[in-house]
Amino acid sequence: MELYELTVHELQELLAGGITSSAEIVKSVLARIDAVEDQVKSFITVTREQALDKARQVDAQGSYQGLAGIPMGLKDNICTRGVKTTCASRMLADFIPPYESTVSRRLDQQGSVLVGKLNMDEFAMGSSTENSAFFATRNPWDLTKVPGGSSGGSAAAVAAGQIPFSLGSDTGGSIRQPAAYCGVVGMKPTYGRVSRWGVVAYASSLDQVGVLSKDVRDNAMIMQIIAGHDPLDSNCVDLAVPDYVAGLDGSVRGMRIAYPREYFGVGVNESVRDLVMQALKKYQELGAIVEEASLPHSEYALPAYYLLGPAEASANLACFDGVRFGCRDNTAENVVDMFSGTRDHGFGDEVKRRIMLGTFALSSGYYDAYYLNALKVRRLIANDFTKVFNDYDIIIAPTTPTTAFGLGEQRGDLLTIYMNDVLTVPVNMAGLPGISIPCGFTGGLPVGMQIIGKAFDEATVYKAAYAFEQNTDFHTIKPQLGVR
Amino acid sequence: MSPDYEIVIGLEVHAELKTQTKIFCSCSTAFGAEPNTQTCPICAGFPGALPVLNRQVVDLAIRAGLALHCEIPAMCKFDRKNYFYPDLPHGYQVSQFDFPVCKQGYLDIDIEGQKKRVGVTRAHMEEDAGKLVHQGDITTTPFSLVDLNRSGVALLEIVSEPDMRSAQEARAYLEKLRSMLLFAGVSDCKMQEGSLRCDANVSVRPFGQQEFGTRCEIKNLNSFRALERAIEYEAKRHMEALEDGTELFQETRTWDEEKQMTRSMRSKEEAHDYRYFPEPDLPPLFISREWVDEVRAALPEMPEQAQQRLMEVYGLPEYDAALLTLTPETLDFFDRCVQEYPDAKTIANWMMGEFSRLLNQTNQEIGDSHLTPDHLVQMLRLVDDGTISGKIAKTVLEDMFNSGQSPQEIIKAKGLVQISDADTLLPLIEDIVGANPKVVEDYKSGKGKAMGFFVGQIMKATKGQANPALVNELLKKVLDSIQ
Amino acid sequence: MALTIKEVEHVAQLARLKLTEEEKVKFAQQLSTVLDYADTLNAISTEGVEPLIHILPIRNVFREDQRKPSMEREEILANAPLAEGFQYKVPKIM
Repeated sequence: MELYELTVHELQELLAGGITSSAEIVKSVLARIDAVEDQVKSFITVTREQALDKARQVDAQGSYQGLAGIPMGLKDNICTRGVKTTCASRMLADFIPPYESTVSRRLDQQGSVLVGKLNMDEFAMGSSTENSAFFATRNPWDLTKVPGGSSGGSAAAVAAGQIPFSLGSDTGGSIRQPAAYCGVVGMKPTYGRVSRWGVVAYASSLDQVGVLSKDVRDNAMIMQIIAGHDPLDSNCVDLAVPDYVAGLDGSVRGMRIAYPREYFGVGVNESVRDLVMQALKKYQELGAIVEEASLPHSEYALPAYYLLGPAEASANLACFDGVRFGCRDNTAENVVDMFSGTRDHGFGDEVKRRIMLGTFALSSGYYDAYYLNALKVRRLIANDFTKVFNDYDIIIAPTTPTTAFGLGEQRGDLLTIYMNDVLTVPVNMAGLPGISIPCGFTGGLPVGMQIIGKAFDEATVYKAAYAFEQNTDFHTIKPQLGVR
Repeated sequence: MSPDYEIVIGLEVHAELKTQTKIFCSCSTAFGAEPNTQTCPICAGFPGALPVLNRQVVDLAIRAGLALHCEIPAMCKFDRKNYFYPDLPHGYQVSQFDFPVCKQGYLDIDIEGQKKRVGVTRAHMEEDAGKLVHQGDITTTPFSLVDLNRSGVALLEIVSEPDMRSAQEARAYLEKLRSMLLFAGVSDCKMQEGSLRCDANVSVRPFGQQEFGTRCEIKNLNSFRALERAIEYEAKRHMEALEDGTELFQETRTWDEEKQMTRSMRSKEEAHDYRYFPEPDLPPLFISREWVDEVRAALPEMPEQAQQRLMEVYGLPEYDAALLTLTPETLDFFDRCVQEYPDAKTIANWMMGEFSRLLNQTNQEIGDSHLTPDHLVQMLRLVDDGTISGKIAKTVLEDMFNSGQSPQEIIKAKGLVQISDADTLLPLIEDIVGANPKVVEDYKSGKGKAMGFFVGQIMKATKGQANPALVNELLKKVLDSIQ
Repeated sequence: MALTIKEVEHVAQLARLKLTEEEKVKFAQQLSTVLDYADTLNAISTEGVEPLIHILPIRNVFREDQRKPSMEREEILANAPLAEGFQYKVPKIM
């Protein structure tokens, strides 16, 4: 086994045992990046020298606490002071934030070593990472397939062994969907659990930062660090974070699990459905109570999301006007032309589409029919979950209707590509925690199972995910990449 | 103004709330700092930065609301108002749209002795934009510079009902509003520094017509005088248009102080569509009755109460009481004087007379001048005990006003002590009388002017320091003793 | 609903996006597709449903009115495309 192949907790053991050093781990990871990056293309920036410096610093301290010496990768919408943060957009191609996100600061303080910034769909808008202004990332399981998105770089890098864990952001499925397509573990916590400070906003009421990792234990451990109150984010609640790792006891005996019939219906690939049903049987074998339930407004989540998300985005992306940061149209003779010239050049098509969609949904005469109505539908969706959670501890469903699709395959067909998020969006609309873990393979590609929990009950989600993982070996199967 | 038309005016006033820090970040709000030295990722609108509400802003907004007799709803929230402008870093302004912090209040104004009630529709919290610096005029400058020190400073926008019917009423409303905000301690209300800004909505309609005429919003009203002038100008423009049958457009206009006229700010752009929607980064605000009661209990004495007190406790006329309660500093000055000196009316006279004249002359606020209540009281006592005359007192006051010295110091330094010594005055009087036999004759023949001539001469000779009563007494004696 | 070219132009103008004639046609068609999809929401009755304005049951989140140092202006201006005299410089406004 090479160091880059190991999980975070395995690396921690080696460091604690004095068997390896952070510098060796970082070198191993950098070598892996050098070896496979041409194929996977998950990094926008590799912070090679900075990473080696920090690793040596950590090694010099002599002991390894917390995440000391463990390499990490961050989605490129997470601001890192002094390190280029592009959101995979021409707009921010040269943007160097003068401030640090809370999540990256917490990991940095724990001693984790930033190795690079990861590719994504521009401003987190997309489901394939093909909307990156720079290049498309490829699925390590099949280089002709997409890794999913928008945190495609974060998922592909973990799957390809380029990084032991990464952070992504999830507004409508952007952690869970690429995690499913790349066969890794991806958790979106409850809205308000993790600080959004320093994370470039797409849709503020839906965005959450989460963890992509090789297994559930790593995921829980990293979440433990980034979760919890932050006075810099008014929506990041002051609520104690339980010890997630301590709760991983492998047992689901007596746990009440619902599977919503709407998530297994039309549009869901048969093998995906079968694999998730088999997983549910596994849970039954492990002593859980598994029953069918209903989330009747599920089909309305996606259309409502494509009004609310863009509406918020239309305001969030208004700060990109060429005045204070980002690119600027220097040919314009007046300020209005400078604004529109800058935005025309700086934004890609999907970003423009969503800005226009959101602008329209908020515009005079359409606000009530579109934006306000979508807020009401959001209430109905949240209420559906509340009802089911009166009787059940968790909800299990497929993460996505299909496995990863081909690069370029869904280009141009908006609704088809939006459908990738049909099973993940409702969870964001209700603000709930949801994890995707591998539950099998079909056609050589991984399939993800989604576990949805009650608000702020990530602990139960992790516990259930861990029990399944311990009783299966899907997480141990790695993609084979040809090494140069 | 033509008697056939009625002017309808509503005012939108932006008052900067008196906080140490901005509404959503911890940057200083101090006025006059070097450009962009009071900014951070939050108030400069950087991606990923998030707002956190300053509690003091809400406290002050509630306080202002109570001073303006507003209702404070149990729930309010923030919204984003979307528009692009180079001084607006986020591309939206965080404001309050459908659930403001204060609604439905009023202000009573005094128009030629008549009380008039002007409705306050609402007051809401919002963030200020940055400052654009042009080379000369906004319409001709080749480029502009953006300073974001002011971006994110907390404002309270107070919107009146269209209840005012003349420029004078609008001015009275703004003066009263300013006084209320000053007394409530919520804003410095310095129009020159922009901590109180006023936009006027003006329309004109034929008397008796129910519907409002075409409304124009006038911006850039930086003084009470500008407000009055701009309304008068705009009303006249509307009336002329109505007379001529020219079309009026609903538009935003700016007051040109130099040319004393309003100008259209309309560009080729179409009408605004602000696309307000709830600010997702800020949880809603719930203001409990206990919170409101706490603020109410801590509310300082307001001008109306103070005016009442001055009339009842000190027996001052309504006119005096009104003038002495224009600003909290004026009232405080009076209150401090009257604690030490029993004659309230005399204090009032000096404050409204000589002191006020000096303030106007030097364009100062009462707090800016060197004159202290203590010094004024000492001076009044010196008049009472005959050390100085009332006339000399005016000179002393002006000196105190300019230098901040005590009256004793000034009198001593300038030798202004009143001459109340008959032994000093008598020879002087005898000399002057002796030198003017013709005037003595006039006196004897009963010409009243003669007496005045002698007093004048004596005062001149003593540089005004002679005790006038004693001079009169002695002069009479000397003249009557002459056969 | 189907968006006309004129509506696309209006929206683009509000959003400060410059579109070519071809883009206008393309976006009109694409946005109409998404809006048609959004119209499926009309199938459910939302009468009497309270709009979900904030997902979390939290309220009144404040900070105290205490000054903290601002950012160094060299740093805040470092990303500016154009600056002069420690201020952001923009082309003429009118």
